[in-house]
Amino acid sequence: MSADLIALSAAQAAVALHAGEIDAAELFSAYADRVAGEQIGAYLWREEGNPLVERPADFRSTPLAGVPIAVKDLFCMEGVPSTAASKILEGYLPPYTATSIARLQAAGASVLGKTNMDEFAMGSSNENSGYKTVKNPWDETRVPGGSSGGSAAAVAAGLAPWATGTDTGGSIRQPASLCGLVGLKPTYGSVSRYGMIAFASSLDQAGPITRDVTDAALMLKYMQGKDERDSTSTGLPDEVELPSATDLNGKRFGVPSTIDWSGVQPGVKAVFDAAVERLTALGAEVVEITLPHAEHGLSAYYLIAPAEASANLARFDGVRFGLRSEGEGLTAMYENTRHDGFGAEVKRRIMLGTYALSSGYYDAYYGRAQLVRTKIADDFRAAFNKCDFVVTPTSPTVAFKVGERVEDPLAMYLSDLFTVPMSLAGIPAISVPAGLATPDGAAQAAPGDDGALPVGLQIAGPAHSENALLDAAFAFERATEHMPAPWER
Amino acid sequence: MSQNTATEYEAVIGLEIHVQLSTNTKMFCGCQLQFGADPNTLTCPVCLGHPGTLPVPNEKAVRYAIATGLALGCSIAPRSMFHRKNYFYPDLPKGYQISQFDVPICSDGELAGVRIHRAHMEEDAAKNIHVGESGRIHGAGRTVVDYNRGGTPLVEIVTEPDIRSGAQAREWLQLLRATIKQLGVSDVNMEEGSLRCDANISIRPVGATELGTKTELKNMNSFRFIERGIDAEIARQTALVNAGEKVRQETLHFDPSTGSLTSLRSKEESHDYRYFPEPDLVPVAPPAELIEEIRASLPELPLEKADHFENGLGLSVDTARFLAFNAEIGAYYQEVLLEAGADVDAKRTADWVTGELVARIGADADPAESKVTPVALAQLVTMVGEKKVTNAGAKTVLDRLVESGGVPEQIVEAEGLAAMGDGDELAGIVDAALEANPKAVDDMKAGNMKAIGAVIGFVMKQTQGRADGGEVTRIVREKLGL
Amino acid sequence: MIERKDVEYVARLARLRLSEEEQERMARELGAVLGYIEHIEELDLSGVEPTSHVVDLVNSLRSDEVRESLPREAALANAPEVVDNGFAVPAAGS
Repeated sequence: MSADLIALSAAQAAVALHAGEIDAAELFSAYADRVAGEQIGAYLWREEGNPLVERPADFRSTPLAGVPIAVKDLFCMEGVPSTAASKILEGYLPPYTATSIARLQAAGASVLGKTNMDEFAMGSSNENSGYKTVKNPWDETRVPGGSSGGSAAAVAAGLAPWATGTDTGGSIRQPASLCGLVGLKPTYGSVSRYGMIAFASSLDQAGPITRDVTDAALMLKYMQGKDERDSTSTGLPDEVELPSATDLNGKRFGVPSTIDWSGVQPGVKAVFDAAVERLTALGAEVVEITLPHAEHGLSAYYLIAPAEASANLARFDGVRFGLRSEGEGLTAMYENTRHDGFGAEVKRRIMLGTYALSSGYYDAYYGRAQLVRTKIADDFRAAFNKCDFVVTPTSPTVAFKVGERVEDPLAMYLSDLFTVPMSLAGIPAISVPAGLATPDGAAQAAPGDDGALPVGLQIAGPAHSENALLDAAFAFERATEHMPAPWER
Repeated sequence: MSQNTATEYEAVIGLEIHVQLSTNTKMFCGCQLQFGADPNTLTCPVCLGHPGTLPVPNEKAVRYAIATGLALGCSIAPRSMFHRKNYFYPDLPKGYQISQFDVPICSDGELAGVRIHRAHMEEDAAKNIHVGESGRIHGAGRTVVDYNRGGTPLVEIVTEPDIRSGAQAREWLQLLRATIKQLGVSDVNMEEGSLRCDANISIRPVGATELGTKTELKNMNSFRFIERGIDAEIARQTALVNAGEKVRQETLHFDPSTGSLTSLRSKEESHDYRYFPEPDLVPVAPPAELIEEIRASLPELPLEKADHFENGLGLSVDTARFLAFNAEIGAYYQEVLLEAGADVDAKRTADWVTGELVARIGADADPAESKVTPVALAQLVTMVGEKKVTNAGAKTVLDRLVESGGVPEQIVEAEGLAAMGDGDELAGIVDAALEANPKAVDDMKAGNMKAIGAVIGFVMKQTQGRADGGEVTRIVREKLGL
Repeated sequence: MIERKDVEYVARLARLRLSEEEQERMARELGAVLGYIEHIEELDLSGVEPTSHVVDLVNSLRSDEVRESLPREAALANAPEVVDNGFAVPAAGS
């Protein structure tokens, strides 16, 4: 029975709950029991009670009827430990709840727990968590990606039907790709950032990490919307529809001819090429486009995001909340607190960002990065005159080994090569499972092959094209051979 | 060269004024603004800088900033941005202040000959309270932070260095304060900190055009201290330069009790504030119609008011400016005029307010908060005009009013201060006065009317000032046939 | 590329205490990242407007209406040190 419950996607569970075929409290318990015994480091906090038993009225006649959800620890929830996986927020209990989470709860989602992540969402492997690393359920010697690695691992391991993630430069899409899941970064501004602990304010967007495209649409439907507490939020202009497309007739997909494939694993390239063929087979027209400035996206990103982060993380000062390490005088207290509370990667980014903004360097670094950002957005605008969607691999590699890139920040940053340009342009992009590659990334693999690892296809569309994007991803998903997730095995 | 030609220096002064706007709520959150509330009772996750919170600007504060700019003759930027100014201090919960940088909402204005460089929007810091040693383990004293004030909307007004003396600074600030008060966008209460002023001061040889090294005089909290502080700093710099030394760029604090200037250590040694565009906020782009609507709704401002006082009511330039630039006194004066009715002498009424009343309560006090109601002063001025009480008697009445309030007619009645008419009683006293001053009588008869002073003095003494000098003169002339 | 004294200065600005060893390491790692980033110097970006917001919004304002503040206990609940109903820190200015 429990296994049957876990087998349901979020959308399927919602339907079954409304039809009275399954019991919401049992569904919650089925997951909660698994979470209690999890060994992969996916959760930082778990709900020990059962809200469906304690407060059933909260879920009655809601659209999601109590479907459980895992929440990335970057989202504040009132009275619930919310740490952004940082030691500096150990024990912090926010006095308020993030708008996007409150919306999901109001729609009837029940929170299973808070998922692990790279500290303050800075990282691509989850090895930067201040508490514990997360293992990739496909191969526990490998990373799940990051920063929403806990969310992705939880969904891939059947520890939640779905999970919220946040994406600043690829933090939803890359772990989704490395864990064989669907991950959607919506258009900047469509989901409220209020209550999402800020990393880089002009880039951060919350979105779903799910088993399939339908669930991604369903979560987005209840997360999105303009919020009076976030003055950069717009919401989506149209109601989010559950996807239904079965073909891609008349759709044009742009493949950037400007991709430098030298840094991409051959297995990833092979899966990508096969995916593009499938798009054609579905009736799509594949056209060549150019994104001439995309290769500089990573540079612009690694100036803009750390600069904003250096200011966003100044509030962690040992005065009002979180960790304090005493010292002789005020400055020493600040310096000790921040020394003890932040991990190495966070310090690195604060340093990089502070440097990029400091007197004499602003124009050369931060100022210039903003100009590159304009060029990248222009590139996409031009591309979308020629095509409806742009496709690339989501990640240049399959999931890498734990520890492999820890000593080389630059190599780690290159994981974001394909995802960062869309973040800078603020446009929506989804990662959909496209196939499998051998563990060394050398070649394509088939379901059932020993140690095969998932590879994602990234599809990006113009701002506010979420419905079209979800439809395209849905059609592609239907045409792609099912790859059993670790929890299914 | 002649040894005794000392170089003459002139001061070059620019002011930075922080004005707290009197909106209901803070700049970026809905917490109520209230001076003197219990510590940390007016805070929320936003103004405490909790993780994940975001600022949303107060529409009213933007409107007030625009009104301030328009009253100062500024241009309003069609599109202005917020920036983050980064530094660590406990009174700054986010580790940055949201301010404006390269495109302020208001720029290039002018008020009474002093050019306004810019006026921009920002949020106020919280209040740090130092508490003494309390036997705690960590270090000596502690600073305790009250975040109630944190996030109060501010307009920072920056002038060009067009001011030349402490007195000019004071007078101009009084005008600025009256202007802002008239706009209704701030309480401009210096004691409560809703108006705060810093001054940038340098000196240069008269006739020179380049600026000397400037110092910054911080946070002076009364007009008098501003004048004294600036003058003290000018004197200090002049003495330094005369002694062949150089002025060092530094921030100073003026201690009004000792008149001394002390150097302050800077908050962030380098002043490297790393300004960058605030990514949590979108630009402020006030539509032209909005700006015109605000412009049309501006009230009569002090400069216009001074013109009205001078040319409409016939007051002297000085009195007109004094009343127009001292917002409370001017408002009180207008109230008295209103109560006294159309026939009252505006000039004489002004003398009673700016001379007699101000002398009794002090120029910094708000007459509306004294015990002398505008109705009472209006009545008193009217009684003087109608000769129901003499000037001397009226001054005694005003003393009583200032002490304990009341109604002038009743005070006159109770204290027997009513002016004596031309009745027999006054004639009798004049007779006695003439009898007691034979020499004065002789002198007058000989054509020296100045001698009447002795006679009037006698009468005044006898009547305790209730007699009218003019009436006494008339009776004397009549009796002596002059 | 980035010198130790720059690292020291930036760490001070950011209120981060870094040990000698951490400073060394930081200088090396930041140097490598900046070396990569500096390729953007090659781009011709004359006449390009900066992008600080991707949303095409202006005047996102709220009306001046009072919202309930936190009860003081809630405001102070997460504070490491409370004195006289306020957030206490080592004396400022020292």
